[in-house]
Amino acid sequence: MGLAVPRFWREIPYRYNLIGSRCRVCNRIFFPPREVCPYCRRKSLGKMEEMKLKGRGKLITYTIIYTPPSNFENQVPYAVGIVELDEGPRITSQIVDCDPEKLRIGMRVEAVFRKIQEDGDTGAIYYGYKFRPVGEDEDKGETG
Amino acid sequence: MMNIGIVSYGAYIPMNRIRIEEIAETWGRNPDDIKKGLNVFEKTVPSPDEDTATISVTASRYALSRVNIDPKDIGAIFIGSESHPYAVKPTSTIVGEAISAVPELMAADYEFACKAGTAAIQNCMALVRSGMIRYGLAIGADTAQSAPGDALEYTASAGGAAFIIGKEKVIARINCTCSFATDTPDFWRREARKYPKHGGRFTGAPAYFRHIIGAAKLLMEKMKTKPEDYDYAIFHQPNGKFPVTVGKRLGFDRKQLEQGLLTPYIGNTYSGSSPLGLCSVLDVAKPGDRILMVSYGSGAGSDAFDITVTDEIENFDRDKAPTVRELMERKRYISYAIYAKYRNLLYWE
Amino acid sequence: MRDVAIIGVGVTKFGELWDKSFRNLISEAGTKAILDAGIEGKDIDALYVGSMSPGRFVGQEHIGALVADCSGLDTLHIPATRIEGACASGGMALRQAYISVASGINDIVVVGGVEKMTDVVGGEATNILAMAADQEWEAFFGVTFPGLYAMIARRHMYEYGTTREQMAEVAVKNHENGLLNPNAHFHRKITVEDVLNSPKVADPLTLLDCSPISDGAAALILAPLDEARKYTDKIVKIIGSGQASDSLALHGREDICTLRATVEASRQAYKQAGIEPKDVDVAEVHDCFTIAEILAIEDLGFVKKGEGGKAVEEGMTRLDGEIPVNPSGGLKAKGHPVGATGIAQAAEIVLQLRGEAGKRQVKDAEIGLTHNIGGSGASCVVHIMEVV
Repeated sequence: MGLAVPRFWREIPYRYNLIGSRCRVCNRIFFPPREVCPYCRRKSLGKMEEMKLKGRGKLITYTIIYTPPSNFENQVPYAVGIVELDEGPRITSQIVDCDPEKLRIGMRVEAVFRKIQEDGDTGAIYYGYKFRPVGEDEDKGETG
Repeated sequence: MMNIGIVSYGAYIPMNRIRIEEIAETWGRNPDDIKKGLNVFEKTVPSPDEDTATISVTASRYALSRVNIDPKDIGAIFIGSESHPYAVKPTSTIVGEAISAVPELMAADYEFACKAGTAAIQNCMALVRSGMIRYGLAIGADTAQSAPGDALEYTASAGGAAFIIGKEKVIARINCTCSFATDTPDFWRREARKYPKHGGRFTGAPAYFRHIIGAAKLLMEKMKTKPEDYDYAIFHQPNGKFPVTVGKRLGFDRKQLEQGLLTPYIGNTYSGSSPLGLCSVLDVAKPGDRILMVSYGSGAGSDAFDITVTDEIENFDRDKAPTVRELMERKRYISYAIYAKYRNLLYWE
Repeated sequence: MRDVAIIGVGVTKFGELWDKSFRNLISEAGTKAILDAGIEGKDIDALYVGSMSPGRFVGQEHIGALVADCSGLDTLHIPATRIEGACASGGMALRQAYISVASGINDIVVVGGVEKMTDVVGGEATNILAMAADQEWEAFFGVTFPGLYAMIARRHMYEYGTTREQMAEVAVKNHENGLLNPNAHFHRKITVEDVLNSPKVADPLTLLDCSPISDGAAALILAPLDEARKYTDKIVKIIGSGQASDSLALHGREDICTLRATVEASRQAYKQAGIEPKDVDVAEVHDCFTIAEILAIEDLGFVKKGEGGKAVEEGMTRLDGEIPVNPSGGLKAKGHPVGATGIAQAAEIVLQLRGEAGKRQVKDAEIGLTHNIGGSGASCVVHIMEVV
């Protein structure tokens, strides 16, 4: 991608472990973490604390990408969705390990650890979260 | 003797499968001959977004989900693989970060063909015994490479297993481990080469069989045990035939091997091979069960383990992560063309 | 604050203009606008230009000075400023130009919009456009621009029962209008079946749900209303201007099916103009994807939330409908050179209000509205104009 590694490196805690933030004034939870709560603003300064999100949630909407950006060509067609985490925040992510045709809004999903992009075959590899559908009866997973 | 052993474990295999028929028909071979010759029917294939790091992370998170251990108490992470995503840059730090075990952490990647994962277990045991660490995380995982059309293509697959090694709440005590190693070049991959080379039938008698039998006998002599003392035996499984043959030669029957024999349906997961077999046994083991595991790594060497399942397994939350059988059931079949795309066999400028 | 008039417009042909450079395009549009207004270069006090990503599309930044230079205004040393707000760059440039004239700081201002998108190879345009999304938390994970709108579309279908056919009707209508616009990128009639059967881009959206990658430029001349008559009789007055923002990422919004930036920008503009949505006679809205036009007519208040699809289906937004929307062909058929779009929308409304829109003329149009979106709705600019 031609961008220096530090740009990706500094996001590692958030992308590997779904670290978000909570506003201690209104208790709203955000992902990615925010420095200022958009509801409490001034009152939230110094009162935003990091918290780990469990990585469980439900699918709010999704698409199946047929015309991908560079670096995603070999995954076409692949699903991308907006997931509403159980703690509240919404997150954009690929939805993997599924037949994209069988996805539906409201489906339960859980976070998995996957390769997101790589900078060609000589550059760095960037990892992070994706989500996969879980059966209603299947409540076990790597983020548990 | 200090009770050192497995405190938790986690397994992972990708959900893609390719049938032997798909590969055989691509190369104009008779699939029945191959299935019969290798006792392999299908193998796992990693998705384009899966590699040894992601497999290791998933297996490790599964292991952690079954116990209440603070990841910061994991003092060492060793990952055995012959398909580390980077030639230089450790996989173990990726896993350390992804399970929040950093930064006070001993981290290293191991390579010894298919037995680097069991070498990781041995090293974690030593560090726990010495008191240098409280828990160690030992992982064997691979996304095995095989050249298109090579005999290895029918078996080289992907998967891995992670073991938390410690001395508290041990579910499977490792009574003894020993190794058997010689310089036997039966299989190798040169620096900067994409695919391994192998010595064909030379990988059999002087390599696989000699080392597994050597290590197993050494262990049973030390422990004064006989094959019938074990409820389960797991041998490295490059195909579905070798482990059965080596078991028979050592005096084990098919029943002892069955639970740990996965290759016919997942292929050879290389560094994940015998560790995944052990996971499959631990999925069903009861207190008092005794397990023999012998890995094999080309080049060549074997690590043998004598393991006893403890009463602690009754309190252990096996259900918090998927069993090997459950992982084997999560599957979707792909064609050779998709396989070729996923495994980067197609080149374009 | 002074009243501001638009006294000149200039638009280039939109499309894959292989023989035209970035510089050719903007100078052509600017020259046309200057000639249309009957002003001279020395009358110009300032220049604003909207462009999304000339740095990536043609490897050139410092666009304000470049545009002054290639338009022959460098010897006049006027202030020249580039405005960027993704696909709303043009609309934002117009608003800045409007504010500068209204404030009294400048009298005659030229404002342009330009994008030269076909000088990059293959999928690079997709990558560049994706920079309008949240790079770290959307685009990094493989979502494209069509993908973001496809997610809106799927949710809209889920919540309101909007159908694929209704979305397709937007494309059909805009292609019909485009047939009547000599500058449009496409001159091709399409059917609902064509849209539904065209290649999938980001399910549920297909290729014909998407606006094209186009080259093009447009320019306007602004003047204080008091002075406008010195130059021309064809005067269109800006009676409302609004701009709003929202979270950059689509996932940051409580209601995925509402572009709050549109709601807020149009509220400001309606208030300033002292009109209601029903008073609008003609509108150019940001139909970068078919679903976007449905969102626009809902969020601008032309119809109730959730009823956009039905309104399109029933012909409310056709040239002969209750509120004709995108008589120019919209982004869909006229083309979408991103930075040019907001200015081209205004140029179309000016022509409509002057009664100079030819075969696509909306009858008795007196009040027109432009609606320009940046990204998946993180920016919105709305202008309302009235014929004087």
